[in-house]
Amino acid sequence: MTDTSTSKTGATEAWITGIGLATSLGEGLEANWDGLTERRINVDDKGFAPYLVHPLAPVSFDAQIPKKGDQRQMEAWQRIGTYAAGLALDSAGIKGNKDILARMDMIVAAGGGERDLAVDSAILNAEAQGNSAPGFLNERLMSDLRPTLFLAQLSNLLAGNIAIVHGVTGSSRTFMGEEAAGVDAARIALARIASGQSDIALVGAAHNGERKDLLVLYEFGEFNLKDKFAPVWARGKESGFALGSGGAFLVIESRKHAEARGAKPYARLTQVVADRTSRKSAGDVTTSLAKLWSQLEGVGSQGAIITGATGAEPATSEERAFLAAHPDFAVRATGTSFGHTMETQFPLGLALAALSISKGKLFPPNDSAGVEIEMTKAPSQIVVTGAGHWRGEGMALVEAVR
Amino acid sequence: MSAPRDTFGRPIVVVTGMGVVTSLGAGKKDNWTKLTAGESGIHTITRFPTDGLKTTMAGSIDFVPVDPFSSTDLSERLADLVTEEAIAQAGIGSKGDFPGPLFLAVAPVEVEWPQRQALGRAIGSATPIDYDQMLRVSGGGKFTDYHRRFLFGSVADHLADTFGTKGSPISLSTACASGATAIQLGVEAIRRGEADAALCVATDGSVNPEALIRFSLLSALSTQNDPPQGAAKPFAKNRDGFVMAEGAGALVLESLEAATARGARILGVLAGCGELADSFHRTRSSPDGKPIIGCVRNALADAGLDADQIDYINAHGTGTPENDKMEYLGISTVFGERASKVPVSSNKSMVGHTLSAAGAVEAVFSLLTLEHQRIPPTINYDVPDPAIPFDVVPNTARDARVTTVMSNSFGFGGQNASLIITGEPA
Repeated sequence: MTDTSTSKTGATEAWITGIGLATSLGEGLEANWDGLTERRINVDDKGFAPYLVHPLAPVSFDAQIPKKGDQRQMEAWQRIGTYAAGLALDSAGIKGNKDILARMDMIVAAGGGERDLAVDSAILNAEAQGNSAPGFLNERLMSDLRPTLFLAQLSNLLAGNIAIVHGVTGSSRTFMGEEAAGVDAARIALARIASGQSDIALVGAAHNGERKDLLVLYEFGEFNLKDKFAPVWARGKESGFALGSGGAFLVIESRKHAEARGAKPYARLTQVVADRTSRKSAGDVTTSLAKLWSQLEGVGSQGAIITGATGAEPATSEERAFLAAHPDFAVRATGTSFGHTMETQFPLGLALAALSISKGKLFPPNDSAGVEIEMTKAPSQIVVTGAGHWRGEGMALVEAVR
Repeated sequence: MSAPRDTFGRPIVVVTGMGVVTSLGAGKKDNWTKLTAGESGIHTITRFPTDGLKTTMAGSIDFVPVDPFSSTDLSERLADLVTEEAIAQAGIGSKGDFPGPLFLAVAPVEVEWPQRQALGRAIGSATPIDYDQMLRVSGGGKFTDYHRRFLFGSVADHLADTFGTKGSPISLSTACASGATAIQLGVEAIRRGEADAALCVATDGSVNPEALIRFSLLSALSTQNDPPQGAAKPFAKNRDGFVMAEGAGALVLESLEAATARGARILGVLAGCGELADSFHRTRSSPDGKPIIGCVRNALADAGLDADQIDYINAHGTGTPENDKMEYLGISTVFGERASKVPVSSNKSMVGHTLSAAGAVEAVFSLLTLEHQRIPPTINYDVPDPAIPFDVVPNTARDARVTTVMSNSFGFGGQNASLIITGEPA
């Protein structure tokens, strides 16, 4: 277990003052909010059939990445992330503020490694046709790989591109490790602010779900949702996740820093906790989430929970068992509306929690299984949870600023 | 007695265990003997055919068997070795029960060619191969192990299980600064009081055809293949690129208070960490050197030290024309006239560039420098570059009084990190 909290005595209060979203539902906060309110689901069942993916809604990358040369140097996941990061900086009112950006922390949760599918396929075809002389692979890679593709594959080059395009340079750290990386990015950013090691941080992730090479990775473990879409809680025996494209970035800063520059908070980020059970026994995820819940300080009753539940089993059923212990809470699974955005799912949950709190209402349920209930009152606290499809559990408490 | 704190009132962070493996060998003893003898671990690649490649040598680690080979499996094995060595030296916790979090620097993980080729074989030659066909054969449980292996978090997951680290393990990449960043995260966690101990590991087993070709296509690698031992030439006028290498380093960090309480031997102090990102270019440093200068100054400020108090610099020193020039600009700006007097050597002249592992491998070598009061040389320094008038400790190790070391790491994507390590609690 690891815990980061601003609710402890003496710790600095941290606010979420900027949110940037570019997802399958749209770009920007209002488009995403409208999509959620209308219970819209943008899922593609043809392009990757039999697999389902949530494609990125149309985005004008020029608006946040003005140089075409920069866009050309990135693959889709980096463009999505650089775009969403720009939106977050805009939302916090610090876009182009060199004083702040030069000392702003950055923690990005990233995957990477987008392949050139045509190059891979051509090499495997040639080998299947008997072309396996020593050095054949070398020759093809030397002649066919684009030199800049490597830079679009490197995990830390989303952060690198954000530094180049937006000028965030105080620090640059990239965490890897699927869903847990998104939790830990927020946890470490909050820990640094709460302890006074930092005043302001850009935190987030981006994911391109429209990738056959990623589908291959998850197909090895039979995690992909196939054939027919169903809400996360209603997948039953047809378990799995539909990969989603999206970027979610947050600006988190100390209350003092925000007040000094007159910034308005969406919400307070009070606590982020994380753990990793080795999931050797049935129910380990339930136990781990219950333990994390017990570490959250001052959670009232009848609140809301925004979960990144993937739809993969057994994690989703085990999380459902945990949720059953909190029947008064209004649950919302982001996986139904946005698909599974992997590293991005937890920052996305934080973003939607902060947005809901700032709007004084939770978005409606989108579920046919009865797990998600209506919530009419304004949420003052939202717990964000995430249980990775394979490893890692995390939880955060997002609250209204008092 | 109050808790031992530094001048800023933070817990003092000390090193109580360390492990290292490079192409020179496994363990501190072997590495230190060879490093101070000026031996090179760089050799001609035999792991895979090198036909058609411009660079045919590397500091690969061939004495740790991995079959079938994948870079991620080798990275994991190397991480195991150095972690075992570090924990054994520290004598902390009990077997499989390390009392603190894990911070792991690891190369980005991806499905590799041997696995992709296995999919190709599963498809067969009767059907044209594309990713749809690969998807068709990927499921069904035949390749389940590949999912576990090629998750980005897989090496950390294995280490957490094996060594019983606590909480959510963090896998990170800041490119060639990753090893230093892993240490920095550990230092920060202990300073915040979140942990009394942290396990910081960095590992890289990336010498495979595609990884080599990627760097080659960016013209980053030395092509002076013969003799391979002469290829890595940091700070020399005839330097022509870095040499890819494999390795791992591990540090057990503890608060001084916790280490003292359990009677642990203190190997050194992590006195300061600095970082600053560069927004100039994806692979090149800002020509004014400001990010490097700022990074070095941040590390000094974090340690509460002046540049005058640094008496050895363990350089990033990759041997690329660009890096070494920029490192000189950065150091000479901060150190002024002392830049030509402070010894500055590059371990990479002997072990090559261990990429994600380099920051931790070089931190271990910095600590060994403090322990032995002997500075490892920069070998292959036969043609001095008049534009870089460092005292590079050319070709032969040197005994010296060393109390405070700066270790620098810079990487693609504008990553800069510096560590300051001292021999004794201040």
